[in-house]
Amino acid sequence: MSAPLHVTLTVNGETLSRLIEPRETLADFLRRDLGLTGTHTGCEMGVCGACLVLLDGVPVHACLIFAVQAAGANIATVEGLTESAAVTDLQRAFHERNALQCGFCTPGMLIAAQGLLDRTPMPSRAEIRDALSGNYCRCTGYEAIVDAIETVARKRAAGEAAPRFAEEPA
Amino acid sequence: MVTNLDGNAAREFGALKARAFDYIRPATVAEALAAFAEAEGDASYIAGGQSLVPALALRLQAPARLIDIGHIAALRGIAVEDGWLRLGALTRHVEAHDHPLIAAHAPLLALAAPHVAHPAIRNRGTLGGSVALADPASEFPAMMLAMEAEIEIAGPAGTRRVPAETFFQDLYQTALEPGELLAALHIPVAQPEHRCAFDEIARRRGDYALVGCGIRLALPRDRVEEARIAFLAVGPTPMRARAAETALAGARLDADAIARAQAALAQDLDPPEDSEVPPAMRLHLSRVLLGRLLGRLRGQIAEAA
Repeated sequence: MSAPLHVTLTVNGETLSRLIEPRETLADFLRRDLGLTGTHTGCEMGVCGACLVLLDGVPVHACLIFAVQAAGANIATVEGLTESAAVTDLQRAFHERNALQCGFCTPGMLIAAQGLLDRTPMPSRAEIRDALSGNYCRCTGYEAIVDAIETVARKRAAGEAAPRFAEEPA
Repeated sequence: MVTNLDGNAAREFGALKARAFDYIRPATVAEALAAFAEAEGDASYIAGGQSLVPALALRLQAPARLIDIGHIAALRGIAVEDGWLRLGALTRHVEAHDHPLIAAHAPLLALAAPHVAHPAIRNRGTLGGSVALADPASEFPAMMLAMEAEIEIAGPAGTRRVPAETFFQDLYQTALEPGELLAALHIPVAQPEHRCAFDEIARRRGDYALVGCGIRLALPRDRVEEARIAFLAVGPTPMRARAAETALAGARLDADAIARAQAALAQDLDPPEDSEVPPAMRLHLSRVLLGRLLGRLRGQIAEAA
């Protein structure tokens, strides 16, 4: 009775149909079936925030959704947001401000930040911290991450488009 | 019924994966109820899944069938009719946070929403799921008590409405019978004389609260006509503080009345033994929180006068 189901969903702009076992989480589906390993699995129980993706435009935990539940939905992972250059400015700001060390939490941080800035273009530092409250980082102490997001919020508000990576940043 | 496996065992084996189940996505409530009946009780409904999916991953629950009610149109919608705000069971936490009708007619939900978990959970979690789970440490179930909400339940025999007062029965025990479905929450719309406040004490924002409290005062002039006070995380269910309510009824909201309400809490609350927080500390924090909230309301009233 738990046979794989045909599921159609859109991932990073591409509509796909796959056979999916019902118990497979969206996080495992993205990583194993599609090879999109930028979505990290840390706690796999909705605590650490490393697996955040955008589902129909809002951040959700890919570990707390079964892939079959996402049938018909539009998913954006950190790979998709990177390719479309939607988060290039955030990535650059994280890099410049040293807002990552090991980088494990960074995809989730970028998705959380993107979700926040979509809803609240000029968040206060307290609002940024609140938006990141479900994202664990064991390296940075968060201060640099908040700085990076704040910088990008200002730049976006000033109308500066996300610059593409013309070259590897120094 | 669902199989209860030891969550620790699942963790030891590194098995943070759900047991295999079959998945059904009904389009109507009738189809959902039929799918449950067909599974002979070995099924769970899933909506937002923000509490259920971790429970499945830890194999605390392992139903043979998951019935996804997340696409049933009749379980959606936020509307005001005949003095009641109807919130479809699938209303998401983020809507409690943002929706203008909820802010206007059920302000306690809007005040509580920022304290519920974290933004990504709020984007997905549903009010119906939170109330149906009836976690005594959750914010929304307690607010149902404070707002005199009624819970609409759909079952094989039809639909019924249960007052929040009798809906929450014991630890994770509600008036929902196996196979029944929480369809909607009905909340009497806030009146102009209502003054509401919510807060909680937690070690970190978004963590489970050590204690939380929502208050709705009917304060048409300078005296409290009626008080509704509900606490979370202090007992096996969301708890009403009736003695404290009585202490406030008919009184001016002054320091004396607030102190009487705080003292009365000892009759209302008997927090259970807990490895982290001793009962006396929880009761103390409840008094502190009640004083803080009533003081806040008193300040607001003074400012408005």
